[in-house]
Amino acid sequence: MFEDDAVPVEKIDRNIFLTTVDWIYNWGRQYSMWPAMFGLACCAIEMIGASTARYDIARFGMEFYRASPRHADLMIVAGTVTHKMAPQVKRIWDQMPEPKYCLAMGSCAISGGIFKSYAVLQGVDEIVPVDVYVPGCPPRPEALFDGIRKIHQMVRAQSIKTVRWYGKEK
Amino acid sequence: MTNEEILSRLKDAFPDVAFQVQTEETKDFTLIVPAERLVEVATHLRDHLDFDYLSDVTSVDYPDRFEVVYHLFSMKRGGGVLTLKVHLPDKEHPEVDSVTPIWPGANYQEREVYDLMGISFRNHPDLRRIMLWDGFPGHPLRKDFENRLYTYKELEPTRPKPPNW
Ligand code: SF4
Repeated sequence: MFEDDAVPVEKIDRNIFLTTVDWIYNWGRQYSMWPAMFGLACCAIEMIGASTARYDIARFGMEFYRASPRHADLMIVAGTVTHKMAPQVKRIWDQMPEPKYCLAMGSCAISGGIFKSYAVLQGVDEIVPVDVYVPGCPPRPEALFDGIRKIHQMVRAQSIKTVRWYGKEK
Repeated sequence: MTNEEILSRLKDAFPDVAFQVQTEETKDFTLIVPAERLVEVATHLRDHLDFDYLSDVTSVDYPDRFEVVYHLFSMKRGGGVLTLKVHLPDKEHPEVDSVTPIWPGANYQEREVYDLMGISFRNHPDLRRIMLWDGFPGHPLRKDFENRLYTYKELEPTRPKPPNW
């Protein structure tokens, strides 16, 4: 819970409450962010662990890993991106509708990690714009949650007047 | 059948082939076969000496040659491994006959050797790269392969696209 989760102006006793469009819009988006089901290597095991009962990603409104990128708002790149897989990663990102966010999980997705080789992409930010980096090899589920809360903060800071996906292409 | 028996029966069948027995580097029974006689020797091994199982095909890059290594077992008879090796002194375009017509299981393994070491196999039914895409610059397991870090932008133009990508 964030501090600005408090309802701005309350008139609950008369069944009215006032808020801003930004607040209610971002509140809704923040608590129903659907990640694309997309694991590439060992980090994916921690991502799966994060969604099990012990760590319970559902507390953040994200229990629903989508198998189709067209239903997803968040791409968690969990694992080693090889050059052979890179076009598919980029394609999944291109298929996701706006608003969309990308989280690079683990040192492999951030920088290639231990794989300094011809076969491995040295950081997924070469092909997609990354919003949050979660370091670790692999990061624990708590670290993933910290990254996800950073994404939530980004969402809360956006305003419907200025976000790029409602603006005309300039 | 002991190793000596196998060798003497091979020598009887191919009196004109100079088999070399490698003893120092390996405990296994290792025969070096001239590359141009490989298919004949392999067919004989399968048909008359019961080596019905080719367990793997691999290759080594030495300063003066490439070497292709075959590991044979006999399911019928049991017993240990027979290692066949061929030496390919041509470092530019190494080429050897395929054993896929003899042991169909060699198909993918020869493609892997072709892909990563750049050794071509004559008479292979489907000689394409298996791990990397057509047009990838070089053969990564060769010693002279420059193992550098490619960027996505560099490799993207070499990659063939599926028709409706
Ligand atoms: S960062 Fe570590 S745990 Fe994660 S995919 Fe890479 S090697 Fe595996």
